[in-house]
Amino acid sequence: MIKLFSLKQQKKDGTDGGSKGMGQKKSSAAQLRITKDINELSLPKTCTVEFPDSDDLLNFKLVISPDEGFYRGGRFVFSFKVGQGYPHEPPKVKCETMVYHPNIDLEGNICLNILREDWKPVLTINSVVYGLQYLFLEPNPEDPLNKEAAEVLQNNRRLFEQNVSKAMRGGYVGSVYFERCLK
Amino acid sequence: MVAEVQDWPGRWSHLQAILERSGPFAHPEFEASSEVLSFLEDTCRVLVIGAGGLGCELLKDLAYMGFRQISVIDMDTIDLSNLNRQFLFRKKDIGQPKATVAAAFINNRIVGCKVTPYPVFIAEFHIVVCGLDSIVARRWINGMLISLLTYDSEGVLDQSSLIPMVDGGTEGFKGNTRVCLPGVTACIECTLELYPPQINFPMCTIAHTPRLPEHCIEYVRVLLWPQEHPFGASVGIDGDDPDHIKWIYEHAVDRANQYGITGVDYRLTQGVVKRIIPAVASTNAVIAAACATEVFKLASSCCQTLNNYMNFNDADGVYTYTFEAERNENCAACSQVPQVLRFSEDTLLQDVVQHLKESAAFQLRSPGLVAMVNNKNKTLYMSTVKSIEEATKPNLKKTLQELGLRDGQEIIVADPTTPKSIVFRLQLATNMDGN
Repeated sequence: MIKLFSLKQQKKDGTDGGSKGMGQKKSSAAQLRITKDINELSLPKTCTVEFPDSDDLLNFKLVISPDEGFYRGGRFVFSFKVGQGYPHEPPKVKCETMVYHPNIDLEGNICLNILREDWKPVLTINSVVYGLQYLFLEPNPEDPLNKEAAEVLQNNRRLFEQNVSKAMRGGYVGSVYFERCLK
Repeated sequence: MVAEVQDWPGRWSHLQAILERSGPFAHPEFEASSEVLSFLEDTCRVLVIGAGGLGCELLKDLAYMGFRQISVIDMDTIDLSNLNRQFLFRKKDIGQPKATVAAAFINNRIVGCKVTPYPVFIAEFHIVVCGLDSIVARRWINGMLISLLTYDSEGVLDQSSLIPMVDGGTEGFKGNTRVCLPGVTACIECTLELYPPQINFPMCTIAHTPRLPEHCIEYVRVLLWPQEHPFGASVGIDGDDPDHIKWIYEHAVDRANQYGITGVDYRLTQGVVKRIIPAVASTNAVIAAACATEVFKLASSCCQTLNNYMNFNDADGVYTYTFEAERNENCAACSQVPQVLRFSEDTLLQDVVQHLKESAAFQLRSPGLVAMVNNKNKTLYMSTVKSIEEATKPNLKKTLQELGLRDGQEIIVADPTTPKSIVFRLQLATNMDGN
């Protein structure tokens, strides 16, 4: 234990208080951590990140261009927003490309466990990137967000494959129009 | 002093009994005298953060304990539902800022006490005590107190820069009090995993397989609202707006009926949307009293302080347990004693990067450098991400001065060779020093 109030005297005149630490804001814990995460991004070759403002490491986009699986040849853009609660809270991720996918709905919401219920502070931006890439390789009909797509995948893989390529080329699947997102 | 006039005989006799004689539990440095009381009254500045359930109790406790130089911050306004336990507020105060009303109430009620709402400089205070309901706010103030620490050239903490923080928290019948000495004992960030994780339901459960009334409410909040924008395109959910809650409630009921789920009501809807934790007045009173006692001990040294984390639970009988939370040596907030980097104003950034790579003390491999310039984050250089590399490459040829870096500046450096970012403090010689 330290003897705290030997500082009784030092602060008594109240002059030293304002002068120190003046004018400099310290970076937040979130900033310290995201700097580390971004500096150490090691992306699979199907992924790139883009920073609209290189001074703002908390907001960026991820582009996934799968080279195998149902979504081969497509180009899918995700927006990342990292809050001040990071890494205690997960980044907010949305899919900006409209996609026919059992785990991504038409609003861009994503069902990925580590983005919500299974997020842990030891996970990094890299973990999320790999998680998202995995969704394109192994769409999971068990946990659907787009129920129709999930049912098709479960019952008729051929039809699912056709629907995916139809959607990626730009066109209607059922009553929903998808914009072209081929590379 | 003016304060003497306002006191009546025996007003502080209970405090004098403690402060004017020593005892077996006193801090080794404690010197009993009448000066300790006048220090509490005239000199010791205490900052109370939060004027809600805990804050009202704290202000009352501290004022009755002889503290007079008190400030209070709260960014909230008074709501009808506060009045059962936040006893500094009355019905007429609804809609007013909590800090202002609380300060006025105490000043009016307790002779000689000077509570000021909304102070400007946190560095002015001797002690900070928090009664908050938000982890983010706690982390913010924790980071702020750590940023005020100063170290000498050998990295030894200047103790006069240390502001102790007493933190209270309650949730229903459970609560805790802790004492943090930033840079010395465990800080909020060191023990972040002690906080229960926020409950998030899996998105697919909300979307397709709801089982609980909460799932139905979350469905409306997370999925339906952003689709329908019932109150206009840019209007987000305001948990205090009855129309918003009503809309969510009604749609959640529809959904619950579809799935045969019962139990969605207006109260639960508001609880889920605002993530309300039930507040129990008696728990607040206990925890605030424990916090105020710690503030008193810190300010007077009349007794050793809590070491350093006390849990309290009176859901079934009364249970308390105290333990010493340990510092996390990798804590992102408090384990960083800034390393000093000495350069001159006209050093080029590339020379700094080179130094970090080649100096035997650091031997970094691909450092990424970020700094706060004019209170905004600035990425100085980062080579690993292509778009950032392109945008920041020109910085390498600029001098530190041109980049807006100043003497005393902190630079965050991330590198694969270290498990966390390193904080450097820049010491800049001006050209005129002949450096």
